[in-house]
Amino acid sequence: MASTIRVRAIASGETTQVQSLISHPMDSGFVKDSKGQIIPPHHIEVVEFEHAGKVVFTCLWGPAVSKDPYVKFSFKGGKKGDDLKVSWVDNKGQSDSQVAKIQ
Amino acid sequence: MNEVSDAPDQMRRTILKSAVGFAALGLAAGGSLTSAHAAADAKAWPESAFKQKNEADALKALYGKAGEASDKVNLDAPEIAENGAVVPIAIATTLPNVTGISILVLENPYTLAAAYKIPEGTEPSVASRLKMAKTSKVVAVVESGGKLYTATKEVKVTVGGCGG
Amino acid sequence: MLRKMLIAVAVVAGTAQPLFAAEHASDPKADFKAFRDYFTNRFPKVALDDFVNGPYSMDEGLRKQWKAIDEFPPYEFAVEKGKDMFATPFKNGKTYGECFANKGVGIRQTYPQFDTKSGQVITLDVALNQCREANGEKPFDYSKDDMAALTAYMAFTSRGKAMDIKIPGDPRALAAYTKGKEYFYTRRGQLNFSCASCHVQNPGNHIRTEVLAPALGIMNAMPIYRSAWGGMGTTSRRLRSCNSQVRAAPLPAESEEYRDVEYYLSYMANGLPISGPGARP
Repeated sequence: MASTIRVRAIASGETTQVQSLISHPMDSGFVKDSKGQIIPPHHIEVVEFEHAGKVVFTCLWGPAVSKDPYVKFSFKGGKKGDDLKVSWVDNKGQSDSQVAKIQ
Repeated sequence: MNEVSDAPDQMRRTILKSAVGFAALGLAAGGSLTSAHAAADAKAWPESAFKQKNEADALKALYGKAGEASDKVNLDAPEIAENGAVVPIAIATTLPNVTGISILVLENPYTLAAAYKIPEGTEPSVASRLKMAKTSKVVAVVESGGKLYTATKEVKVTVGGCGG
Repeated sequence: MLRKMLIAVAVVAGTAQPLFAAEHASDPKADFKAFRDYFTNRFPKVALDDFVNGPYSMDEGLRKQWKAIDEFPPYEFAVEKGKDMFATPFKNGKTYGECFANKGVGIRQTYPQFDTKSGQVITLDVALNQCREANGEKPFDYSKDDMAALTAYMAFTSRGKAMDIKIPGDPRALAAYTKGKEYFYTRRGQLNFSCASCHVQNPGNHIRTEVLAPALGIMNAMPIYRSAWGGMGTTSRRLRSCNSQVRAAPLPAESEEYRDVEYYLSYMANGLPISGPGARP
């Protein structure tokens, strides 16, 4: 199954800039379907980025984060070729993770 | 209620959730039972903070304190959102010792949209994309040196971002 | 607000230069020049290639948000899915590539094409379904999902290439082009708007809350991920919803009228770069 996580991590000098796009409906629980039934909330709750065994960024997301959510941040210490692990878990207990190489 | 003291409830929730999760997923892409457990832990999610309906309550639930306006918090948000479903927001700050950044959308059903934990070594900036139900003040919150600093900007929304 | 806009449209319509050379005879080359000159004269500050970016070529505030989203656009998932689909053989072992020139890579800008055998305009979407059916597979729904993923991938392989639409010497091809042009300028629906009412007479202006795109290059970003849809949609999806928006009954996807108007608009965009797949509000 294709990963839901797309990552672009680019090291430049001491800093690594990370952009991530995750495929997820991020249903808020406020929208009705075509039959008038509420689509229940289904959204990512936690996203974690790990480098060299250390968590470098944590996202705590609610239903107001857009569908196919995106995040960008930067941290010090990564270098080209290093692994960056991204993992998420949602309110239904579903999860996914991916290891990307820093460019 | 501060999120830290909710730990026992969170733990119970997590165990129940993980059980459901495993049942639903079978064995996740990792294959073995140990690698199927995602590193991101649902236990970390501050449920109470995400249910608050105003700025003060959301910040109290999330950080246990109130914020004060600061011109050292930079909030980049459009004046008029092209579509309330996807509003690009970027926050940066020159404040030191930043441990957290969060974003509130005051007119949304739940005020807290997202919160970020910034460990040492990570830059105090974040960009994301949010849903806005209607024209609203957006508040960027930075936790620096144990205190909260905010910047506010109104974003006009002409097409609701919640499916309307 | 709407009344004011309608009055403005009527005034402009009365004084606008005709965008085609003569009333009944179709001269595509002359039409092309008139159409091109109209937009470049009306928007002298817009770089020619920028017209393909639709409303973003018309509004700075929107452009900034688009740039932020285009840094890591949500249509990437569709492109990835399309790439996998394209590479996966049919049950009979053949592939999509065998139905197209250059194995289907970097050829999106040559569609729509006039097919002299059938006497019809063939869009890329139709060509893909024809390929599937010729190989014993069921055709895809034209609006979204699989078709949008495939065309997103194919558009992506043509990014930057100049639109290159041909009208062969066949009189039926010229007739299809002419019908497409007529569809574009014909008023319809309860709002009694033609495509031109919005996209020729009012690009850059608002219709209710949305900024209108110029007709020049309007097909170049297809298929698109619309924030409003929370997902991908094809040319068919957009044309049908445009019809609904002027309170006209939408035609079935890839109807002759839709294919002909896509043919006309794509020819008008010859030379402009493919920017698809695109992100739109």
